[in-house]
Order: sequence, then structure tokens, then C-alpha cells
Amino acid sequence: MRKAFPNGTVALDGLDLAVRRGEFLSLLGPSGCGKSTALRLMAGLGEPTAGTVQRPAGAKLGFVFQEPTLMPWRTVWGNVRLPLQMAGLSRGDAEPRVADALERVGLTSFARAYPRQLSGGMKMRVSIARAIATQPDLLLLDEPFAALDEITRGNLNDDLLRLWQGHGLTIVFVTHSVYESVYLSSRIVVMAPRPGRVVADIPLPPPTARTEEYRSAPSYVADCRTVSAALKSAIHA
Amino acid sequence: MRSQRLLLALLPIVTGIVVLVAWEAVVRLNDIPPYILPSPLAIGAKLIEDWGTLSSSLWVTLDITLMALLAAIVGGGGLAILFAQSRWVEASLFPYAVVLQVTPIIAIAPLILIYVHDTRLALLICAWLVAFFPILSNTTLGLNSVDHNMLDLMQLYRARRGQVLWYLRLPAAMPYFLAGLRIAGGLSLIGAVVAEFTAGTATGGTGLAYRILESGYRLDIPRMYAALVLLSLTGIVIYGCTSLLSWLVLHRWHESAVRRDR
Ligand SMILES: Nc1ncnc2c1ncn2[C@@H]1O[C@H](COP(=O)(O)OP(=O)(O)O)[C@@H](O)[C@H]1O
Ligand SMILES: [Mg+2]
Repeated sequence: MRKAFPNGTVALDGLDLAVRRGEFLSLLGPSGCGKSTALRLMAGLGEPTAGTVQRPAGAKLGFVFQEPTLMPWRTVWGNVRLPLQMAGLSRGDAEPRVADALERVGLTSFARAYPRQLSGGMKMRVSIARAIATQPDLLLLDEPFAALDEITRGNLNDDLLRLWQGHGLTIVFVTHSVYESVYLSSRIVVMAPRPGRVVADIPLPPPTARTEEYRSAPSYVADCRTVSAALKSAIHA
Repeated sequence: MRSQRLLLALLPIVTGIVVLVAWEAVVRLNDIPPYILPSPLAIGAKLIEDWGTLSSSLWVTLDITLMALLAAIVGGGGLAILFAQSRWVEASLFPYAVVLQVTPIIAIAPLILIYVHDTRLALLICAWLVAFFPILSNTTLGLNSVDHNMLDLMQLYRARRGQVLWYLRLPAAMPYFLAGLRIAGGLSLIGAVVAEFTAGTATGGTGLAYRILESGYRLDIPRMYAALVLLSLTGIVIYGCTSLLSWLVLHRWHESAVRRDR
């Protein structure tokens, strides 16, 4: 797959990537290497200049941007209901789904709040709740936690893992953090810039319980080192 | 904190009273005749004395003003939505909206009065011409300044054009539209008065501007002032109403209307 923008920037060239059902795939790479572009193409936002994107027929998508991208005039509840509303669900049909999505991100008691009343982490949770409200098969996240503090980020990472393990979701997660990607993923794809392409494909141990101990396990540290090295060579490639 | 806010609200009232008292004193102490400068009390007395004529004139002007404002909302807002549908339409029409805006209304008004025989309609057109542009340009800006990620999201949801307009573009444009409305409220009054002045006595106008002209011919200076006071009050009330409307619509979500909690 190749993607060139009208201004001549070649964001991706020769990108070949297969996402497997049920995996937690991280796209890791320095900024500007085309991670967002690749993710947007997967979602169908824009067409590749050459090559194709294939998706299983009828697959439902959820997308989470780096910014929460909420409608400030809608309450938390209203924001989560939006995709269901666009899909033509009645208020009554949408209600249990919105309630469920909010419960899964722990925001039930903030349903009636407006986005401006929430912290950055809570806004991100709303954004995730909105993405899972349609019960997607594939969840695409573009550096969703990049703007958050360490603690909030850690909590949201665990939330995300719980969502993934509990619901047979397939997740593609864009990040530039080695530790985050090793902690979360079942596979890491490392990308290099100019033009954006895949330079390493690293499988990780099966997603058995990721707990606090996992973060200090020797295998985790070793994996981080491998991935770090791959990222370093990608930057200098 | 609260007492300070109260003080801030009272200050302009105090200033007004001081000025009025000084004015009254200057007129009385210097024995200035009312046909040169009437005192505030004399103007008040005139307002009560001539309330019958003045109030009916007020209604005439108010009617033109509000109808023009309504037409500006429908026309300006409608055109803005049309512009948002297609760049081609916007590109071909927007320059002419600018032409209408920059040509002084006082220069166009006589022509409109010649072509349109119904005086009320002619006045309405003049007032509308002045008032619609801020609504048009503000709403157009608002409809076009929607967050691109939000638009992408709507595309992912497979939202139809109409849904994108209704659920995303219109609410996002609301603060811009309301800012335009506040300007348009004042301008529609100005437009109505300018048009009335141009129509003058020839067409048998009856609005407040006409009363000012008529009182001028008769050298009834206190009545000129009385009509002027009514015009100012009308402007203030219109501004107050549009500001209130803006607050009611935005206060729950928009930064401009939300108090800063500190
Ligand atoms: N809409 C666009 N128009 C032109 N160039 C773009 C556009 N979007 C991204 N790019 C360029 O494509 C390259 C990859 O961008 P992006 O996918 O955002 O990288 P990443 O998400 O990895 O930081 C960058 O060089 C960027 O400047
Ligand atoms: Mg990016």
C-alpha cells in the first residue's frame, strides 16, 4: 500500500500489514512515520494512492482519536449515544447500550455531565465508551493516551486490556511508547519514516494476566529491550 | 465578591444619575430655553404628555425592526446553510453579499423607495439589507469551522449530509450565529430608522424617526429628545433580549457563557 498526499509527501510506501482476528496489535514508530495515516486508511478515511485495504464484510469499526473529540453541547450520555443515533437506533433501543458502554469505562455517574466538566482522562474514557457503544469488531486507537499523565494512562491501559480480553475485540493501537506497547499488545509492528513502512514485526507472549507484576517480570523487561532496539534501528534506518 | 459585583452593576446607574442631575442643574442655573436644550425633567414630561403619538410611533418602528431581524435570521441563516452545502454557491454569491453590505444603505434606500410602492415593505427591505450580513458571515464561518476529526467521525458513522448538518454543523455554528444575531439586532433598528428618515414625510411615515423629523420642523426640541430616548431604550432592550437568548442557549456548554470557576 502507498499513500502520497497532494502536497507531495509520501506518507506510506510498500506498507503490507495483516491484522489478525482477536489480536491486540500496536503500531509503534517515531512521530511522522505514517502511523496515523495507516490507521485512517484502515478505517476507510481516505483512499490509498496505490494498493488496497481489505476489510471483512460487515465488520463494525470503532475509532478513538488522540483528542477526545467530543461534542461540547452534548452530555456524556448524548455523546456516547451519537453513533447509535446515526445508525438509526431509537432512544429506547440505544439506552441499554449507552448505559453498558458507560459502565465499562466507569462513568455511569457522570452521564449527565458536559464534557467541559470532565478531566482529560475522563473525556478520553467517554471517547472510548462512544467507540465501543456500537459493539465494534475492530477498535482503532490513535495515540489515545498521549496527552495524559502517567497514572491516568496506566489506569486506562488496564481498562483497555479488560475490554479487549472480555469481548473478543480486535484492537489496533497506535503509540510511540515502547513500554505501553509491550504492556498491552499481543503483537508489535515497528514502522520507520520517510517513507512510512514496516521494519519489524514482533510477536509477544500470549495475553495472560497482565498485572503489576508483569511490569517488573524479566520477560517484560527483555521484550522492552528488544522492541527498543527495533525502534532505534527504525529511526536510524 | 458578591458586593463587588453588585457595585459593578450599580456603577453605570450612578453615573447616569449624576450626569442627569448635572444636566438639569446646568439648564436651570443658566435659564437655557427648552428649544435650545431641554432639561431631563422637561423631556420626561414631554414623553408622558405625548405618549399617545410616541407610543404608536414606537410600535411602527419596532414592527419594522423585528420583522427585519426575523427576515435577517431566515435569510442570513438560510444563505449560510446554502453556502455550507457547496463551495461553488458560496464562491459565486458571497462577493455580492459583501457588495450589499459595503454600499451605504442611505444611498440605496431612495432607489428602493422608488421601486417598492408599499412603504412598510420598502422600509423592511432597507432594514433587512443592513441586518442580514453579520448573521450570514458569522454563521458561514461557524458552519465551516467544525473540527475535522468530528467530521471524520461522522463519516465513520455513515451519517447522511442532513445528519451532519443537523447534529454537527448547526450546533457548532450556534455561538457564531448568536454573536451575529446580537450585532444584527442593533443594525436592524439602525436600518429601520435610516429608511424612515429617507422616506421622510413625503410618504406619510409614522415611525419614531418620522416623529423626530416632524418635531424638528416644528422646533419641538423636547419631543425630538423624547423620541430619541425611546429609540435608545428600544436598542437596549433588543440587545438585552439577544444577549439573554445567547446565554440561555450556550450557558451549559460554551466557554463564552460559562462562568470561570476559580
Ligand atoms: N493531510 C496531510 N497532508 C499532507 N501531509 C500529511 C497529511 N497528513 C499527514 N501528512 C504527512 O504524512 C507523514 C505521516 O504523518 P502521520 O501519519 O500523521 O504520522 P504519525 O501519526 O506517525 O506521526 C508526515 O510527514 C506528515 O507530515
Ligand atoms: Mg499521529
